[in-house]
Amino acid sequence: MSPEATTKTTYHVPIGPIHPALKEPVFFEFEISGERIIDIDVKLGHVHRAVEWASRKRNPIQILYLAERICGICSYCHPAAFTLAIEAAADIEVAERAEYLRVIQGELERITSHILWAGVAAHEIGFDTVLFLTWEIRERAMDLTEYLCGNRVTKGIMTIGGIRRDITKDMLPRIQKDLKYFKDNFGKLAHIFLDDKTIKMRSQGAGILTKENALKLCAVGPTTRASGIKKDLRADTSYFAYGDLDIDYITPEALTGEVNGDVYDRIIQRLLEVKQSIELIEQCVDKMPAGDIVSEPKIAKVLAQLKKANGEGVGRHEAPRGEVIHYVKLTGEDAPFTWKVRAPTYNNILPWIPMLKGEQIADIPIVAASTDPCMSCTNRVAIVNNGQRSLLNKEQLHRLSVEKTRRLMH
Amino acid sequence: MAKGLPKSFKKALWVYHCNSGSCNGCDIEIIAALCPRYDVERFGIKLVGTPRHADVMLVTGPVSRQMVDKVKRVYDQMADPKAVICVGNCGNTGDVFYESYNLVGPINQILPVDVHVIGCPPRPEAIINAVAKAWVKLETLEGG
Repeated sequence: MSPEATTKTTYHVPIGPIHPALKEPVFFEFEISGERIIDIDVKLGHVHRAVEWASRKRNPIQILYLAERICGICSYCHPAAFTLAIEAAADIEVAERAEYLRVIQGELERITSHILWAGVAAHEIGFDTVLFLTWEIRERAMDLTEYLCGNRVTKGIMTIGGIRRDITKDMLPRIQKDLKYFKDNFGKLAHIFLDDKTIKMRSQGAGILTKENALKLCAVGPTTRASGIKKDLRADTSYFAYGDLDIDYITPEALTGEVNGDVYDRIIQRLLEVKQSIELIEQCVDKMPAGDIVSEPKIAKVLAQLKKANGEGVGRHEAPRGEVIHYVKLTGEDAPFTWKVRAPTYNNILPWIPMLKGEQIADIPIVAASTDPCMSCTNRVAIVNNGQRSLLNKEQLHRLSVEKTRRLMH
Repeated sequence: MAKGLPKSFKKALWVYHCNSGSCNGCDIEIIAALCPRYDVERFGIKLVGTPRHADVMLVTGPVSRQMVDKVKRVYDQMADPKAVICVGNCGNTGDVFYESYNLVGPINQILPVDVHVIGCPPRPEAIINAVAKAWVKLETLEGG
């Protein structure tokens, strides 16, 4: 924000990094005129833990556990994208049954994450009754996760070439029982979120992201689909077993017949996706072929194969918040040469600016929450110099860039 | 229930949750402890929005360099007697990030931690048990 923008009529409101409205450390500076937001500045870097840097000393199997701890809510999609990248880089085969099991885990994570989000969104508008209701349903999803993976949050289920735990026949009744419970309660949740006056009042017409802006700012996941853009990695490319499953793009049009791109549409979008995920798990359970769950069960053998591998790979996975991309380069060493993570929230932060401009201060929490931001995924870049965080403006960056070009020329 | 805890409590315990760069794993388990399944509000344990109202501070995350002074300031704002609970492996040992250049933790080098909760993330039951242990400390400090 430039200092010239500050006049007598506007003032600055700093929010964060520790603030009751925020669940994670992030710093906002709002420029306010009366109740209206004129400009927003976001500062990141509070959750920077040097995850990519740590990967330089670890082998791919160890990095799986590091990737899992990038984010506690997306603890399946980061290892999934990393595994896809490694498998592409080293040409590793994946057991066919594992492809279906991977879809089941991914969709179960989507259900958990979207229900969690629905609760947080209700909390942000002061509707705590709904928070408790949704989290009670979410506990059932957590129980199912624990039943399938052995853990509630960090699942430790992904491995290179397959998956670590099978779903046996005697586990199916429990899965079907829980899916039925989600279906029964889905109607209840849909009724609360779509028909309740309080939620409608706060969400309709708030935080509008137009189709044009969503395309321009490269929004991903439910945020972009709620603006009417048909972009879903599961349907666009056929990774895992998605190619064999019946899956189509979902936009809020399916329910309301029109797309406004407001917070209400993003609520509809996520609810419809929960329903889609339940159907996908059911399809997987029906279609799953018999066989091995991992192509090479001996980890030492996999590591030896990776140590010989040379190449690069990109792994893309449709996480609950949007497309997550991992890039890996292997150069015949223990540790990968490079590992780069691009989390979906990185793309979904910029749309905050058109969404929030012109809104009231009180709308900040719900509008910001409507993109389901995840700071611990996003905080990759911070300039740290002797303990002092320095910020570079455009001119300085340009100067540095010119200097680097000159240096390289000589 | 923790050893040494009387049958009835002198007061309800108010908790402030401070995220010092955590991955959300511990944070969602803390919220899960507050929600209907575990429902700690029936014991009078309540999450509050400001450290000035709190008796207990729950710290999650490995304390990144940007968060050190903020975490210290939150602790200083709490009124005595107070207790600090470190939730999750990150704050206790650094966990998978132990060698990172951007971490200042473990938390016990920054704040006097009373209860350490191990787990990545710990289950809600473990977090509730830790809060009950902090209760023992606070009641002892007050001569209860």
